[in-house]
Amino acid sequence: MSAQTIAQNEQLVMSERKKQAKIAKSALRGTFLPLVVLIAWQALGSAGILPVQLFSSPSLIATAFIDLVKSGEMAGHLQISLTRALLGFALGGFLGLLIGIIVGMQKKSEEYLNPSIQMLRTVPLLAITPLFIMWFGFGELSKVLLIALGAFFPLYLQTFLGLRNVDKKLYDVARILEYSRLEKITKLMIPAALPNILLGIRLALSSAWMCLVVAELLGADRGVGFMIQDARSFMQTDIVFVGIIIFALAGKISDSFVRFLENHLLKWQDSFKA
Amino acid sequence: MVSALEIKHVSKTFKNDQESILVLKDLHLTVNDGEFVSIIGPSGCGKSTLLKLIAGLDLEFDGKIIVGNHQVSGPSKDRGFIFQEHRLFPWLNVENNISGNLSLKNQDTRKRVDDLIALVKLKGFERVYPRQLSGGMSQRVAIARALLRNPDVLLLDEPFGALDAFTRTHLQEALLEIWERNKTTMVLVTHDLDESLFLSEKVVVMDAKPGSIKAIVPIEIPYPRSRTSKSFQELRSHILNLLDHHPQDKEDWSI
Repeated sequence: MSAQTIAQNEQLVMSERKKQAKIAKSALRGTFLPLVVLIAWQALGSAGILPVQLFSSPSLIATAFIDLVKSGEMAGHLQISLTRALLGFALGGFLGLLIGIIVGMQKKSEEYLNPSIQMLRTVPLLAITPLFIMWFGFGELSKVLLIALGAFFPLYLQTFLGLRNVDKKLYDVARILEYSRLEKITKLMIPAALPNILLGIRLALSSAWMCLVVAELLGADRGVGFMIQDARSFMQTDIVFVGIIIFALAGKISDSFVRFLENHLLKWQDSFKA
Repeated sequence: MVSALEIKHVSKTFKNDQESILVLKDLHLTVNDGEFVSIIGPSGCGKSTLLKLIAGLDLEFDGKIIVGNHQVSGPSKDRGFIFQEHRLFPWLNVENNISGNLSLKNQDTRKRVDDLIALVKLKGFERVYPRQLSGGMSQRVAIARALLRNPDVLLLDEPFGALDAFTRTHLQEALLEIWERNKTTMVLVTHDLDESLFLSEKVVVMDAKPGSIKAIVPIEIPYPRSRTSKSFQELRSHILNLLDHHPQDKEDWSI
């Protein structure tokens, strides 16, 4: 059996290598189109075919970015935006996880809470924004709360779903092995719901970024959203682009972070592909 | 001889809104310590239900089930259970599935898990996840997981039913080896007559509608048994006759 195992292992390693080569190739192919677009954009802009006022150009955007970093302006905006996003995400995510766990584990609390939460979930967040501004003003509180609300629902929903879908047959196993109540939660329910919880975190993060942009575009005196809004009123297209790119990067980085978590925590899943 | 398991006057009724169905009717059975007993019968005879009652997974029944010196009042590690599907935790690797809620940092547990992995011939697969295991390997992990808790009785609910013929034969031999080494009392529910004859010292033949014990046939063939031997074939046809014989045939074609 051991010789067979070694052969199997070798095969696994080989196929792993092939897979990696394939991934590298497909990543290379993925960069092709963006490169073409960038080059064309720059060329058309330099040739004066695209009006630079409206469309800017890659080189102008890069210069604007470097200037913003050098002046320290970027760091200031980024810091305030990140603080808002993190605070809001932490608050909403924590509550979503907590209430999701409670509702997912107790039938009674599900009956009490779930219908109301599901109803509130259908309300578009943007429609609530004016209320938030009226209640909490234009200050930090309304922004953080809006982001928290955005992060709450996906995480609540996925946690609840994940806990509800734990394979009932595994409960019998836990009973026979005499798992304590706490062990049933930490060693059965949470691990089984983890794929959903991580998906919830990912959705909550993207929702939090969206709410951040909305909150900052609607009314702020600092932050990346404000920077975009401010640049728009002065027709500084390059700075608008810088802001958009910053948001895109932030979204990408947070998504990669969740992917990293998934890679480590969900390697047992057969449907999961890194 | 000490009895490991006593089933006394056990009846079980399934109730739903409209009707109640008697699935087990007044069962009596004693299993001796270290004995290998299999329960065989047509599908719907309640043999799996009986096993669930012994395991303590279902407490709504009449009568008494005594394991060791205690009346069954819920699931317990004393009664290991092997399900038809392996029911491993997919997020745990082989050794963590076996240890479950016991810590592998404990020297004693660590050693016993290693011994069991050797016993079920899974050396080298300690860190492999269930999705990478074949059906037979997964079932062996499940057996090791049950054995780690040192059960007084191991209850097996058609454990090899979902496996291919080769793997099944292989695991039957593995189970016999484990039984001969550990002398754990085994109660095996199966629909495979050859399996019960190959493995057990006693075959309990059940009848359906309502589930009841029709006969208890001692199998006095020395181990290791040959499936082609004359005594094996004789017992086989004897039990087949028992299973086929319906004194109160009611022309019941319900499926």
